[in-house]
Amino acid sequence: MVSQVKTGVYPDTIAAHRTALRKRPRISETLIQGFLFLCGALSILVTVGIVYELGKESLLFFTRQQWEGTNRTLIEAIDATQTTFKITETGMAIGLNDTIRIGAEAMEVREIRGDLVTVARGQQNTAAETHVAGAEIELSQRVTLAKFFTKTEWNPQIGKFGIWALVNATMMTSLIAIVVALPLGLCVAIYLSEYASARVRSVLKPLLEVLAAIPTVVYGYFALMFTTPLLRAIFGVEHVEIYNTASAGIVIGILILPLVSSMAEDALSAVPQSLRQAAYGLGATRLETALRVVVPAAISGLAAAFIVAASRAIGETMVVAIAAGAGPAFTFNPFKAAETMTGHIVRISGGDLSYDSIDYNSIFAIGLMLFFITLGLNILSQNIVRRFREEYE
Amino acid sequence: MSRISHKDTNRLDVAGFTPNLKRRHRVGKFWLGIFRLATLVGIVALATLLFNIADGAFGYVAIENKVDPGTLAVNGVALEDLSEEELTRILKENISAGLFRRLESEKPFSERSQLDIYNLVMERVVQPRVVQQWSLKDSLLHSAAIKAEAARDYPDAKLQFKSWLNKDFLRNPQSAKAEQAGVRTAILGSLWTVGIAILFAFPIGVGGAIYLEEYAGDNAINRIIRTNINNLAGVPSIIYGILGLAILVRALEPLTSGALFGYTDPTTANGRTILSAGLTLGLLILPMVIINAQEAIRAVPNSLRQASFGLGATRWQTVWHHVLPNAMPGILTGTILAISRAMGETAPLVVIGASTFINQDPNGLFSKFTTLPIQIYQWTSRPQDVFRNIAAAAIIVLVMLLLSLNATAIILRNRLSRRLD
Repeated sequence: MVSQVKTGVYPDTIAAHRTALRKRPRISETLIQGFLFLCGALSILVTVGIVYELGKESLLFFTRQQWEGTNRTLIEAIDATQTTFKITETGMAIGLNDTIRIGAEAMEVREIRGDLVTVARGQQNTAAETHVAGAEIELSQRVTLAKFFTKTEWNPQIGKFGIWALVNATMMTSLIAIVVALPLGLCVAIYLSEYASARVRSVLKPLLEVLAAIPTVVYGYFALMFTTPLLRAIFGVEHVEIYNTASAGIVIGILILPLVSSMAEDALSAVPQSLRQAAYGLGATRLETALRVVVPAAISGLAAAFIVAASRAIGETMVVAIAAGAGPAFTFNPFKAAETMTGHIVRISGGDLSYDSIDYNSIFAIGLMLFFITLGLNILSQNIVRRFREEYE
Repeated sequence: MSRISHKDTNRLDVAGFTPNLKRRHRVGKFWLGIFRLATLVGIVALATLLFNIADGAFGYVAIENKVDPGTLAVNGVALEDLSEEELTRILKENISAGLFRRLESEKPFSERSQLDIYNLVMERVVQPRVVQQWSLKDSLLHSAAIKAEAARDYPDAKLQFKSWLNKDFLRNPQSAKAEQAGVRTAILGSLWTVGIAILFAFPIGVGGAIYLEEYAGDNAINRIIRTNINNLAGVPSIIYGILGLAILVRALEPLTSGALFGYTDPTTANGRTILSAGLTLGLLILPMVIINAQEAIRAVPNSLRQASFGLGATRWQTVWHHVLPNAMPGILTGTILAISRAMGETAPLVVIGASTFINQDPNGLFSKFTTLPIQIYQWTSRPQDVFRNIAAAAIIVLVMLLLSLNATAIILRNRLSRRLD
């Protein structure tokens, strides 16, 4: 200090200190922060990738044209200009405004009377050309959203695009799973959170975690080797098929039980102790406290748990792929085989799936639907938690 | 605290109150019974599941050999202890010359291991065939009846108690015959894919978590990232399979098939490789790694950060030297749980095209692969009962692997947290 005053450098030192204390640019810090941001942002990229790929291929699925043989043929040869000609009468029905194909040429049907059709030639950028007698007539089949959401038969190879065959099976297995897991899970959660001593809890919770850690393919084996034979023994071999949605649904219920019970227990334990004590103080029994005070106070968390479990049940794949059946079927009988959305994707892609085939495109359309259903359920559960949460201090 | 004993209730002499209280206690007891029963159902389900697997993996079998291995023994040395040369000679004597040449051209006998040749002798010469198998339950409870049945129906067969899970099962590669099939290729495939998944997901997941917890302010982009990660965690695994099929297998085929690096193998000239599978699993567990790491980082007390800042450390120095070491036990535990999730995943790998029949060990990023869960799925789907037995044995291998992983996570967490306290 003394020397500074004596040599008169004091103001300079202040300036030097100012420079030293100014925020220095730290390039490495900025780079690191940028890299960490990218790590976090990658998740957005994944979502974008999912939506983009599913959307793109689904669009191909919905704009795709399939040609299907009608078993009808030309009776006489036609030249490139003739618009009215005779075709054989038996075979698949052809309607007004349908698009048909003979050889490589597409035509649009303008009028049809018995075996006589009138067409507009050379449609869809094809050239009108001559065709010989006996040429095969094919009918255009397009996947339309209307067909997709109203029909109940699914077999894209032959122009059946009714998603309900698959959605119905998914709803059946999920519903059975929820009927199994919801009451059981809630009871387990109430027992663990309201009744069980700390020691009992310390034994039961790890056991449930083991149940949650077992891979789903093992549950599939269990469904096929235990639940199905059990159901067949109870209800009769003639009523219960080897592959059935009931068995798969029950096992999915067992599979999501730990999820329901642990989420529900978290919600119940989050209810403050003071509420329970107040209820006891008013003379409520333990059950009345649990059912009339704790459960209503935790209802948003419980609802969220159930919705997440439902979403998990809908997306569950291996159990249904092994035990529910391998072939789309529209049935409400839980003892019959039916294929779910996930099961269908696994079976179709398990074989040699060639790119750009109708099957390849179809799994993306099913996947998109599955994605939106589960995403919707997950967002719903988050909103329930946010909007209906009872805030206690 | 809540219970009022019946002696007390007698003193509360309010009209209509006492009988009602008894009823209320009865209802309470009844429901407690229901709650206990529900918990019991869960435990019984777990026990049944485990027993059902053991039921398939062990039990009596009746085996018929085409050639008795006893007659093949040389000078009293049992078949499995013979040298490579003697085994090769036995093989040459007992199979057609054409088949021998074909085996020789696949891999010369001089290069094959003793175990390899022994397996060939068993497969081609001895040809043991399981003609009937019994479950563990029956084997334990009705062993006399089984012996009688075997003697009556399969007079040529040898009845023995077989553990389908044995040393050969772990060492042998996949085979079309259940008797010779093993899980070595599947275990190696699982280790490769999960290894790649974790190499991909761990740094990126932890990095993302650090960003969200230590750097990100409360603005729109960060809120979107947070919500998005939560939603991704709820996307069904099969959707990741479809994503992997479209992007990794198809769009990035030159990269994932190794063609870009000059790796050409006609059998793997598409993107359905270990690399694609590992990255798909990596994407699948990424949200889980991030969420677990976020929780671990959030649990680090703020006073540590403030002390570090107070001493003039930069944000990254604070994170690297103080936050991360303290959060590490939690991060590692979460990561190991994510690994065990990846190890049990089946559906996404089926979708990206895990090959079903692979009997070559995977030898790099670009080879075809199969994994344990896929093997279990394939064997379970076969109509022959004998494949269900090896499926059960493979399940035991898988569950053991997963349980030991989970146990490691718990031990690691306890040890590390003790040290850091």
